[in-house]
Amino acid sequence: MKYNIFSLARNARTYHQDWTRAWRSPEPKPEYEAIIVGGGGHGLATAYYLAKECGVRSVAVLEKGWLGGGNTGRNTTIVRSNYLWDESAAIYEHSVKLWEGLSQDLNFNVMFSQRGLLHLAHTVHDLQEIGRRGHAIWLNGIDSEFLDVDQVREMVPLMNVNGRYPVLGALLQRRGGTARHDAVAWGYARKADEMGVDIIQNCAVTGFDIQNGVVKGVETTRGRIAAKKVGVVAAGHSSVLAEIAGFRMPLESVPLQALVSEPVKPCIDTVIMSNAVHVYLSQSDKGELVVGAGSDAYISYAQRGGFDVLEHIMGPLVELFPFVSRLRMLRQWGGIVDVTVDRSPILSKTPVENLFFNCGWGTGGFKCTPGSGHVFAHSIANGEMHPIAAPFSIDRFHTGALIDEGAAAAVAH
Amino acid sequence: MARSARLAEGGRIDRSKSVRFKFNGESYQGFKGDTLASALLANDVHLIGRSFKYHRPRGIMTAGSEEPNALVQLGEGARTEPNIRATQIEIFEGLTARSQNCWPSVGFDIGAVNSVLSRYLPAGFYYKTFMWPASLWLTYERFIRKAAGLGQAPTEPDPDRYAQHHAHCDVLIAGGGPAGLAAALAAGRSGARVILADEQNEFGGSLLSDAEAEIDGAPALAWVGAALEELRALPEVTILSRTTVTGYYDHNFLTAVERVTDHLDPDAAPPNTPRQRFWKIRAKQTVLAQGAIERPLVFAENDRPGVMLASAVAAYIQRYGVLPGREIVVFTNNDSAYATARLAARAGARVHLVDAREQPPGPLLAEMAALGVETHLGCGVVGVSGTKAIHGVDIAKLTEDEKGLAGPPLQVSADLIAMSGGWNPTVHLFSQSRGTLRYDETLASFVPDKTPQKARCAGSGNGAMMLAECLREGFEAGAAAARDAGFTVETPESPDAPALLDSPPRQIWTVPTVHPLGQGKRKHFLDHQNDVTAADVHLAAREGYLSVEHLKRYTTTGMGTDQGKTSNINALAILSEIRAADIPSVGTTTFRPPYTPAGFGAMSGQAVKDLFEPERGTPMHPWHLANGAVFEDVGDWKRPRYFPRDGEDMHAAVQRECRQVRETVGIMDASTLGKIDIQGKDSGRLLDLVYTNLFSSLKPGRIRYGLMLNEHGMIFDDGVTTCLGVNHYHMNTTTGGAARVLNWLEEWLQTEYPDWEVYCTSVTEQWAVATLSGPKARDVLLAVAPEMALDSDSFSFMTMREGVVAGIPARVFRVSFTGDLSYEINVPARYGRALWEALMAAGAPYAITPYGTESMHVLRAEKGFIIVGQDTDGSVTPRDMGMDWIVSKKKEDFIGKRSFARPDTAREGRKQLVGLLTEDPTFVLPEGAHLVSAVNPAPPMPMIGHVSSSYMSPNVGRSIALGLVKDGRNLMGRQFQVPLMSGRVETVTITEPVFFDKDGERSRG
Ligand SMILES: Cc1cc2nc3c(=O)[nH]c(=O)nc-3n(C[C@H](O)[C@H](O)[C@H](O)COP(=O)(O)OP(=O)(O)OC[C@H]3O[C@@H](n4cnc5c(N)ncnc54)[C@H](O)[C@@H]3O)c2cc1C
Repeated sequence: MKYNIFSLARNARTYHQDWTRAWRSPEPKPEYEAIIVGGGGHGLATAYYLAKECGVRSVAVLEKGWLGGGNTGRNTTIVRSNYLWDESAAIYEHSVKLWEGLSQDLNFNVMFSQRGLLHLAHTVHDLQEIGRRGHAIWLNGIDSEFLDVDQVREMVPLMNVNGRYPVLGALLQRRGGTARHDAVAWGYARKADEMGVDIIQNCAVTGFDIQNGVVKGVETTRGRIAAKKVGVVAAGHSSVLAEIAGFRMPLESVPLQALVSEPVKPCIDTVIMSNAVHVYLSQSDKGELVVGAGSDAYISYAQRGGFDVLEHIMGPLVELFPFVSRLRMLRQWGGIVDVTVDRSPILSKTPVENLFFNCGWGTGGFKCTPGSGHVFAHSIANGEMHPIAAPFSIDRFHTGALIDEGAAAAVAH
Repeated sequence: MARSARLAEGGRIDRSKSVRFKFNGESYQGFKGDTLASALLANDVHLIGRSFKYHRPRGIMTAGSEEPNALVQLGEGARTEPNIRATQIEIFEGLTARSQNCWPSVGFDIGAVNSVLSRYLPAGFYYKTFMWPASLWLTYERFIRKAAGLGQAPTEPDPDRYAQHHAHCDVLIAGGGPAGLAAALAAGRSGARVILADEQNEFGGSLLSDAEAEIDGAPALAWVGAALEELRALPEVTILSRTTVTGYYDHNFLTAVERVTDHLDPDAAPPNTPRQRFWKIRAKQTVLAQGAIERPLVFAENDRPGVMLASAVAAYIQRYGVLPGREIVVFTNNDSAYATARLAARAGARVHLVDAREQPPGPLLAEMAALGVETHLGCGVVGVSGTKAIHGVDIAKLTEDEKGLAGPPLQVSADLIAMSGGWNPTVHLFSQSRGTLRYDETLASFVPDKTPQKARCAGSGNGAMMLAECLREGFEAGAAAARDAGFTVETPESPDAPALLDSPPRQIWTVPTVHPLGQGKRKHFLDHQNDVTAADVHLAAREGYLSVEHLKRYTTTGMGTDQGKTSNINALAILSEIRAADIPSVGTTTFRPPYTPAGFGAMSGQAVKDLFEPERGTPMHPWHLANGAVFEDVGDWKRPRYFPRDGEDMHAAVQRECRQVRETVGIMDASTLGKIDIQGKDSGRLLDLVYTNLFSSLKPGRIRYGLMLNEHGMIFDDGVTTCLGVNHYHMNTTTGGAARVLNWLEEWLQTEYPDWEVYCTSVTEQWAVATLSGPKARDVLLAVAPEMALDSDSFSFMTMREGVVAGIPARVFRVSFTGDLSYEINVPARYGRALWEALMAAGAPYAITPYGTESMHVLRAEKGFIIVGQDTDGSVTPRDMGMDWIVSKKKEDFIGKRSFARPDTAREGRKQLVGLLTEDPTFVLPEGAHLVSAVNPAPPMPMIGHVSSSYMSPNVGRSIALGLVKDGRNLMGRQFQVPLMSGRVETVTITEPVFFDKDGERSRG
């Protein structure tokens, strides 16, 4: 059923009794053309583009829990493409372009809100960093603006620009912003389902059927399912699945935390990120201030983190936004992020033929949900990595051709 | 003036202390001991605010922290606070509060148009619309955002102070009702360190609003008083009232917020007292005795102001002496609400009792009859008339299958509904502790099962609904906790308390009404704050949002500021009915901290304003301040960036400083450089491991420059290290890298080479360092260190001498970052300023100038010396920097070496350090600009490198720049274009990265 204001009005007349399921809940078939392991945003997007653009309609998405229950439903939803390196700029900008038409494409309002994203500079070093990145983004054909402190103050009147680390300037990407995370998972699921993709929840992949170095299917908690191709998109659990498949994935899984305040009337209109003061903030449409915290220093699969990590962002938060001192934290949570050594993702073939991995998105993969799904779908369908995905091959950890966003820009999310 | 609902007597309020306060601009009177909610009810004010989505009028539903509806904007100006529960605010003289989420007023709210349109706005409607045209989303969103949100954030900084407090204890008890008090007594008597915390202003929990309860034949509150008296006398027991335990984390780490002065007029609060105190508690054992929260019934129009929990009505009558209605309908499915009916009738209200059960216990019915309470058995409330207040209630017989009405509704006149759907044990902290829950059929709710942590539950929070049982569980849990914490104690004998009737409830999760659910005007609210109805749950399920988490996220049930304390179980039960599955198999969502919202101010404690990352200054800092330095932040340090003289801007000051250094002499404060003292027999090995070049061969008194790489072979810090003696080194790091390098050394020592004997000690703060630089540096030093032999033969470049400088014992390092003759004079920190002043005086004849970091950067760039982090970016090898000479070919290994064998790291044509000269010598390139291989009219343009350092150099007489360019060393003399956002395109020539004194004569001289 098409979603629009008319169908909403029509259904109101029948007391919304006639809405149909957003996606079916089928029993797994014995065999599929392609299986996607992991029903997060990236996995669902991959399935959708496989069906929509690559003509692969016999697809199943296997999710061990509920759709979007991983990092897709736990992140702070920042979307941007202002990355330093050309390879990163290419994939993230590809994604932002898809975001720009996503609600219409999926016929599901994902609330992609281009309310602008500010990276604050507090030191001379920060100015040099945004200077280099801002110019690089611009030369890559992506929108990029430098703001002086007065312009920053005008955009965010409630920010304290004269604090311990005064704001000296900022890099602005107007096309950056936020989106509604759950809607992204549901929107992709609904549309993929419409095109015949089987979305199977409560179905954990426990093993791979590998014969002579070629994957033939997967073992799951609901039995064996055969497949010609398998794409693993399991975020924090990717290295576990790689181990089952018999190779190592250079990932570390750590808890990353976030929190929201109680909802208040609009007071912050853009996304603000500060490296020097260690805090980032936006306000959701519901009115909650959404605050990102850091990741724990130790490796863990528990979807929660230590309190100290949260505590350490409270001072910075109040320092940069003194008005929040009398607001209150409503909820905190954590997700397990899969971090690579260069803070760039892995989209790659593997030592096992027809087994593909898409992981390593770490603290910042939500923004690339459409872009990653899109190029990964094409890679799976063609058996060769899409040109935008190719630099993110697992080979780079052997050759040393890292795409080191971490070291160079040190900006997460 | 509205009637007063205050009863003539009773309650725990202090009737001798009248308190005036304002709500929505009106002045009202209450008593000390009132909450804002009880005081408003006493003044017959029921309409408190508007709901989140439909802007429905809402009143007070509860008497505690579970309140979903009655949220107000408290206070004004800098002290204003949104979303505060009226049920928890203790009133004080002069308190002001306002309704929120309404405009222009709570009585007439424009936003209520949403209520009229509500039929078009079911759960998740926004996912289905606002998509066309795409360009209008931001406009739609602006309206959505305005309509959403509850109260208003303050706009001014918070005038109050907060504190953090760390505590260890043997037994932490959360909740000070009968079970918690009993636990505290049992544990406290053992001598264990006990912390007892309760979120209310008084201890006693449910007993505070149960004047009839008895323990050992006496009023229960007498027992509470005696218990508190005993606990206060125990030296190891800490009693915290107004303290909510908010979070339960791993390893029995808990957090709590103590509201120290919130109940006082802020202008009259005691001085030097924080407003709130944030406790971080490590408890050996915990006892969770948080009690239980009454469950609302889900019936048509159950959100009207005047629909309250039965236990809340009882609390208002008994604890606050307020009868919130005169014609009260008690609607229940269990025995506990009969007490409310009894209290209300005795207080003079006309009471109807509606029991969903056909046959409640006879004694209860007899009592009702005696009190003149009219009972309606097997019935339900199926409608409520009135919007801003209740005028009447529709009561109807329910069919046996509970799906419909067995007869026409009877309307009774009423102004209040007291409802009870049973009780939910408060399992939030237990669940946060990763405890698993068990579904209890009789309670129709979840109770604690197992936890991996050292926690116990007691009382009604554990599912024990009778007072005697609560006491017994409390004593047992307290004693067992103390024993497990290592104390010896007998479990005290538990006192007696009369048992109440407790017959089975009739669990009706959705009470039917005159029309099918969701198909008429009457709404059944589940989550009152977020306006989620039972029909929304059905819609979500219909659309396939069948997992609890999907339901929660799609409908937003349980996501309000009350975190679903009154709605979660009802939502779950309705979902399980739809799914035809039992409740436990449908599951619960995870409870996440905090239990109730915790203030950001409280959590940041003292770490704000001046104590937020305190500034670090060197011993010479006061001199810099006195001499007009302009500072920059480098790490935590404030470093002088330049020292402007009258009227100079940065450019003028830096040009002058740089010129003066090269002409005569300058002085710089280098105290911030990281310094690590390294000792032990394996020190040389460690240095050989972390630096690319050989250090173990360094002789005492000699200095060597080194680069540190990470495992990828990329530069991550640099600095000079001096051999002070056998197995004793002094390492310098960059200012910003000091902590990182020390961690790095320790990481290798502790995780990879624990057998090595090396001791690394940060001595950054122990030494103050003044650097003299320039051709006259030697003369100045000589003037204050006449005993030191300073000629180049006795004191050559890259050596260190100990001696006396300006009468101070000093280590003098002859190194140079400017490329001119330099001495870095290190003295014990306390002499730093004396040294500095002596050098300034001695330098006066040479017009010595203090210079800051900016001039230092220009001077080093003239020489092509790199700054790690500016000219490198974590992707640069020594070879890329043209520093192959520093990479030992002989050493077997060092960190990063292996990576040089990787094809991409070894490849030709990587980005390399070069000099860049602009065509226009007066133009200073912006740092971060890029060289392109072709200029297009508009981006994209292919980049081949970037400008990392760029300055106007007075000594070279033109602008100079350093940059990293692909295959740069093979492009010497070639010209490239640098397009800028302004539209300007500058042509640059690639040169060697040295612009001044290319042979390095000056530093050796
Ligand atoms: C607190 C936090 C804040 C963040 N903030 C941002 C941000 O602001 N912007 C941004 O761009 N990114 C952010 N991120 C990162 C972002 O959330 C992730 O990179 C992204 O959502 C990953 O999506 P995914 O689909 O790959 O992973 P997920 O959503 O985690 O999906 C992986 C799925 O695989 C399933 N799975 C795992 N193992 C198996 C198995 N054996 N069988 C079947 N299924 C399996 C999991 O259950 C899960 O549903 C944040 C992350 C966190 C935790």
